[in-house]
Amino acid sequence: MSLLARNRGNGPAADASGKAARPGGKDPRSAGEIGAERRRSRMGYWLILPGFAFMLLFFVLPVFSLLATSLYAKPPGADVGQFVPALQFGNYADVLGAYWQELLRSFAFALVATVAALLIGYPMAYLVAVRLRGRKLLQGILLVLIIAPFFTSFILRTQAWKQILADEGPVVAVLRAVALLPEDGRLTATAFAVVCGLTYNFLPFMTLPIYANLERLDTRLIEAGTDLYASPFQTFRTVTLPLSMPGVMAGTLLTFIPASGDYINAALLGNNQDTTMIGQVIDSRFFRVVDYPGASALSFVLMLAILALVILYVRRFGTKELL
Amino acid sequence: MRQTIGRWLVPAIGGLAFLFLLVPIAYVFAFSFNDAGRTNLSWRGFTLENWQNPCGAPAVCQALGNSLQIGATATLLATILGTAIAIGLVRYRFRFNATANMLIFLPLATPEVVLGASLLAQFLNLGADLGMGTIIIAHTMFCISFVVVTVKARVASLDPKLEEAAADLYASPMQAFWRVTFPLLLPGIVAAALLAFAMSFDDFIITNFNSGNVDTFPKFIYVAATRGIPAQANVIGSAMFIVALLVVIGGQVLASRRAKLLAAR
Repeated sequence: MSLLARNRGNGPAADASGKAARPGGKDPRSAGEIGAERRRSRMGYWLILPGFAFMLLFFVLPVFSLLATSLYAKPPGADVGQFVPALQFGNYADVLGAYWQELLRSFAFALVATVAALLIGYPMAYLVAVRLRGRKLLQGILLVLIIAPFFTSFILRTQAWKQILADEGPVVAVLRAVALLPEDGRLTATAFAVVCGLTYNFLPFMTLPIYANLERLDTRLIEAGTDLYASPFQTFRTVTLPLSMPGVMAGTLLTFIPASGDYINAALLGNNQDTTMIGQVIDSRFFRVVDYPGASALSFVLMLAILALVILYVRRFGTKELL
Repeated sequence: MRQTIGRWLVPAIGGLAFLFLLVPIAYVFAFSFNDAGRTNLSWRGFTLENWQNPCGAPAVCQALGNSLQIGATATLLATILGTAIAIGLVRYRFRFNATANMLIFLPLATPEVVLGASLLAQFLNLGADLGMGTIIIAHTMFCISFVVVTVKARVASLDPKLEEAAADLYASPMQAFWRVTFPLLLPGIVAAALLAFAMSFDDFIITNFNSGNVDTFPKFIYVAATRGIPAQANVIGSAMFIVALLVVIGGQVLASRRAKLLAAR
């Protein structure tokens, strides 16, 4: 979360990396001590070198590899999957022209799912962190329940939703009986189901950071608000919510980013026409169509778009001017 | 009036949210006892057969074995590399500190599709064969960031005076590390390793891009979803759930016992 911490300046999440354990450098030390210090700092390089070499090889270089591949050209008469290095910027225009709808839809679905997860996850976190404060055992049990979904397979749970919401399943039967759903109405294979699946799958990512934040909230501040004749809603809006913004920021980012790239929910709970998300397109351009440059161009666009959105979001809401 | 609504609204939404979280898990669990035959889509009656014979669908166990092997290897690698980075970043000052932190943060802020696609582009350009090796590399890569973030918090909360005290007592830096620092960091390292294993075991998207024709447990379920998932997959999913639950509860009990011991001293 270093990006967040830096923009917010003094947030509690600001990590300790800036302040190294070395005691302040002004004290007069002997040459031997300074020599030892220098050895220590060389030791630091040895510690981080293997890990960063790995990240360089398998995270940084692949991003450049992706960029390079996105500009490859298909020579005339080449076999399937054969491309030559080139600078074919037209690839971007091609895929954007063909798939701008899927790209926008992915962000729209992710946005709705993020807002829904916030509306569900905030009360959940508030209940456990503030309302149940002091009841350690109950808090512990509920916390385990919040992370419980991580203990079983993501895909098994999504498949379970598919079967729960299926046309012959219990939910559809009840909704049809009370006429909330027309006689031939269905829940699976709709945009609604995809957004519900996304909300469900990323809800713990929303709830946990907000919980971590609210847990440290000083409840005396809420009492002070009440003492000053603020209504509970006013207290919430002017005291609790602003104080929990770092948690909300982290939660919304941890939900929005993976949700916009996800394609399991769209594949299992959606249909083939109007719920396709960009991840599905990238996957099928790579493996079914074997259009590596196109798939790479789409991936690169997705990465840049998310980076831009995240930076805009953090700039806009990462300060205290929100409320 | 408004007060009453406020008082009940939070527990009501919170309670429903917990239900929302737990219903699919209960469903997976229940259908592991279904007398399902080949497709586990509708309830056909209670049986213990799936639990007695979890490898009844052989492909499930093959995929599970791959997932366990990948998870163990990637966790080991990521925990070692990530712990070293965490200690290095907190304890030493570098000229490129901000860049280093950014490099750890970026994989967490990148959607899995992009991570998977870029690694695939790299492997394709290198002409590498996709399989167990490439999956392990991919998993290690995204697990390192989680390990660093988790262990860093623990290192930052550690009092450097303890190490200095060890040095004052003529411990070599190595001795000070293994006798003082490492035992204090261990809970954080274990937590990071468990998190890494969980992320690796459950990963589908990045795996799908870099696995070639090797099946992992999530990949098996995804592919099987179109034809019908065998009930044995539910058995394994439920068993993993129980194991994870026991590990977390055991960890909590150990931690609170340790805290009591330290307080008593």
